Amino acid sequence: MTTLKGKAAITGLGITPMGKIFGHDAMYFAGEAIRLAVEDAGLTKADIDGLLINNGVGTAGALSLGLAPYLGFDALRVLNHMNAAGSTAAQMVMYASMCIELGMASNVVCVFADAPLQTPGPSAAAYARPTPPRGMASLAPAYGLYSVNAQYALAAQRHMALYGTTNDHLGEIAVSTRMWAERNPRAQMRSPITLEDYHNSRWIMEPFHLLDCCLVSNGAVAVIVSSASRARDLRQPPAYVLGIGQGHHATTNRGGWEPETHTAATIAKDTAFRMAGVELADIDVLELYDCYTYTVLVTLEDYGFCAKGEGGPFVSDGKLRPGGALPTNTGGGELSGYYMWGMTPLSEGIIQARGQGGDRQVEKHDLVMVTGNGGILNYHGCMILSPNAS
Amino acid sequence: MTTQTEPARPAPVPDEVSAPYFEGARDGKLMLMRCLACGAWRFPARDRCDRCWSTETEWAQASGEGTLFSFVLMHQVYHPAFAREVPYNVAVVELAEGIRLTTNIVDCPNEAIHIGMPVQAVFEPVSDTVALPKFRPARG
Repeated sequence: MTTLKGKAAITGLGITPMGKIFGHDAMYFAGEAIRLAVEDAGLTKADIDGLLINNGVGTAGALSLGLAPYLGFDALRVLNHMNAAGSTAAQMVMYASMCIELGMASNVVCVFADAPLQTPGPSAAAYARPTPPRGMASLAPAYGLYSVNAQYALAAQRHMALYGTTNDHLGEIAVSTRMWAERNPRAQMRSPITLEDYHNSRWIMEPFHLLDCCLVSNGAVAVIVSSASRARDLRQPPAYVLGIGQGHHATTNRGGWEPETHTAATIAKDTAFRMAGVELADIDVLELYDCYTYTVLVTLEDYGFCAKGEGGPFVSDGKLRPGGALPTNTGGGELSGYYMWGMTPLSEGIIQARGQGGDRQVEKHDLVMVTGNGGILNYHGCMILSPNAS
Repeated sequence: MTTQTEPARPAPVPDEVSAPYFEGARDGKLMLMRCLACGAWRFPARDRCDRCWSTETEWAQASGEGTLFSFVLMHQVYHPAFAREVPYNVAVVELAEGIRLTTNIVDCPNEAIHIGMPVQAVFEPVSDTVALPKFRPARG
């Protein structure tokens, strides 16, 4: 059987300044990230023959196929605008890897950019939808159901009732993630927080405090995928793609089916780990999509790091913290670092696989697991990265 | 001189596919789509059964009985009409028919809301033409 294991590698990484960076749109940030990624890899513009684009939620300069002419990519072999919400990073790297392995492209740029913050003010307003919905979609606002935050809070509340998960458990994830962010110069939120600070942060909607929720960021991340053989000759230590997979659970609104507490991470894991030929116990570093603290907890369970329902007690000994047994979200994640959808965990996964994490570098980093998550826990991506090709 | 009026809550806007749902609620009935081919209930209303893909559909009255699947207490004001309501609940109820829908729990203090509690549909008029199904604790 043919396999993609070790056939492709991430060779370039570009990260723009993140957060409340005003005066630019998403197209600008994308261009900046791609410029940085090409320079990082030691490639030139002429080496790039693939461009995969993923736009965020903001409308300012929203990415389109127009990114190709904006950057003067006039003879691409591969071009697509991809969107599987927060799981898209894995989808892009998967598609790029397949194209490269099959000889249809050589160096494929995957980019995410977003600029939802266009004027100084509350971050929540950045994601507000101006057009009132009609039909069944008009039920949610009539009941006062606003914001994706509430959908995830409903999922977390369900988990709490079924399994006894508490705000102390979720709070530990907020605290451990912030401890890592303190060590990352790129992170937006670097002041230490305690469990008490977590409990004192305002309710957004119970059971979520402010510190259960991710940041809102302007910025962009670009990565370059190349063949493993090409990667060895480039400027940076390659981050080989040993395993990659997707899994998706539709919300059916039917009894007995709960993507909210049982995500499709199980499916993505099956594909990615089978490809990589590794076991869960082999994983050294975790970069988990953390749009909310709860997302981390449910993801740990669905991968089988602990049994279903035991995520709370599992994290509460501090094992996700710096120096802990299971270093997780080592750049501060989306909770404290920056919110670039699946590019947040992917970018930090590349840094860790390369061994370029500085103060936050995890000593043993042979296998780095990166996840993406989108929808209301509907869409999932998994990547296993390594400094070793096999 | 100006007078301050309470901003109105966003009213549901029925469209073609959802009209029987809102008309049913106005008449005190919880109406759901049911597939004529495979018998599966579905929510929200849409033109095709997601289980068997048939487009042959009927509207049938649901019992209005259910249990609380999950809930949140909204503390922030996302719409000015809810400014005096916070913290208010938003809930998901799983109906006896096996279908989940978003709603509010009424006639029950927030502190007493708990997942698994039996609930019963009630219908809250929004306008002359539209009502919203809400749920109160079931009386034993």
